[in-house]
Amino acid sequence: MTSIEFTGLIFLISGVAGFLGALTGLGGGVVITPALTLLFGVDIRYAIGATLVSVIATSSGAASAYVREGFSNIRVGMFLEMATTPGALLGAFLASKTPTHALAIIFGTVLLFSAFLSTRHREDEWGTGGPDRLATKLKMNSTYPTPAGRVPYTVQRVKTGFALMFGAGVISGLLGIGSGALKVIAMDQAMRLPFKVSTTTSNFMIGVTAAASAGIYLHRGYIDPVLAMPVMLGVLTGSVAGARLLAGAENRVLRLVFGIVVAVLAIEMIYSGFTGRI
Amino acid sequence: MTRWSEEQVDTIIGLLLRWGVILSVTVVMAGGTWYLLRYGAAQPAYHVFRSEGHEGHPQALIQFGLLLLIATPIARVVFSIFAFAAQKDWAYVAITSAVLSILLYSLASAAI
Repeated sequence: MTSIEFTGLIFLISGVAGFLGALTGLGGGVVITPALTLLFGVDIRYAIGATLVSVIATSSGAASAYVREGFSNIRVGMFLEMATTPGALLGAFLASKTPTHALAIIFGTVLLFSAFLSTRHREDEWGTGGPDRLATKLKMNSTYPTPAGRVPYTVQRVKTGFALMFGAGVISGLLGIGSGALKVIAMDQAMRLPFKVSTTTSNFMIGVTAAASAGIYLHRGYIDPVLAMPVMLGVLTGSVAGARLLAGAENRVLRLVFGIVVAVLAIEMIYSGFTGRI
Repeated sequence: MTRWSEEQVDTIIGLLLRWGVILSVTVVMAGGTWYLLRYGAAQPAYHVFRSEGHEGHPQALIQFGLLLLIATPIARVVFSIFAFAAQKDWAYVAITSAVLSILLYSLASAAI
């Protein structure tokens, strides 16, 4: 296969990944590494480097749209970034020390966990308890827009959220993914933020967290420009297209299908890690 | 410095991010096209990991585009520091500066 054929194929697969990721809200980056390693035999380090680049691109692109709607809570996001960015540094450092087959197994396990999370039913209670003292001191409680006007909410369990975010950062740095699902869970379940606030804030945080590990990835040579190029462009194109179609899509079925595809890829990765194929 | 409203801050951040991505994508596409025009018939070999990377001008252009991309969220953080300072929110100037220092540390390790 020549470079131009390879690039074209990668672009297409990345486009599909970005498209499905946008439609299901799960983020396309997560299937890029399995696709590259399992289908193309790409070394997992190049794969996670390319994925990380696409994660920064889609996160910044998405955040640019959401930030003007007034949902994201910049203070909560920035405060939690104090946990995710050191986590990302640690994760990137650990990635360089982890043998590739172990990385594959860890990746597959995290992927499986994400697939499970994506099919769970959501609960929509928030801000019911009293606000966290730290949240009030740091002016995190805020409001979000609804058709009826701005609705206030309070932020709870800041310390728990902080700890969870450190973990999400480590995973992001270790595997080159956005950990968006984990971030949303921490903000939604632990800190009791309204769902749309969690997702939009998580969106902006993902890019900053990924940028923290990007420097280390570059230093270690994980980000190959020729591989990252079609992945980044493909995922961006796919997610823009997917976001356009979001209005009319039947999400539940898609989420289930995507969840199954992700689960299959996850199991393949774990298996390949054990057999030493990766 | 004039006091910006939250909405104005959000709008500027949105524009920063959008144009950062657009600029980066343009440079990456230019570099990518150049690379394919020159090396399109070569055989890629990504199953072997070589940390020193591949040399070449088109690749360097793509790499520059990727650096622009990484700089985009960093620029956003820098802007937030100014926005918080304009609102005299010193706690968040400190918090955001801490985040920025981690980002710069990471980038610095790439330059070495």
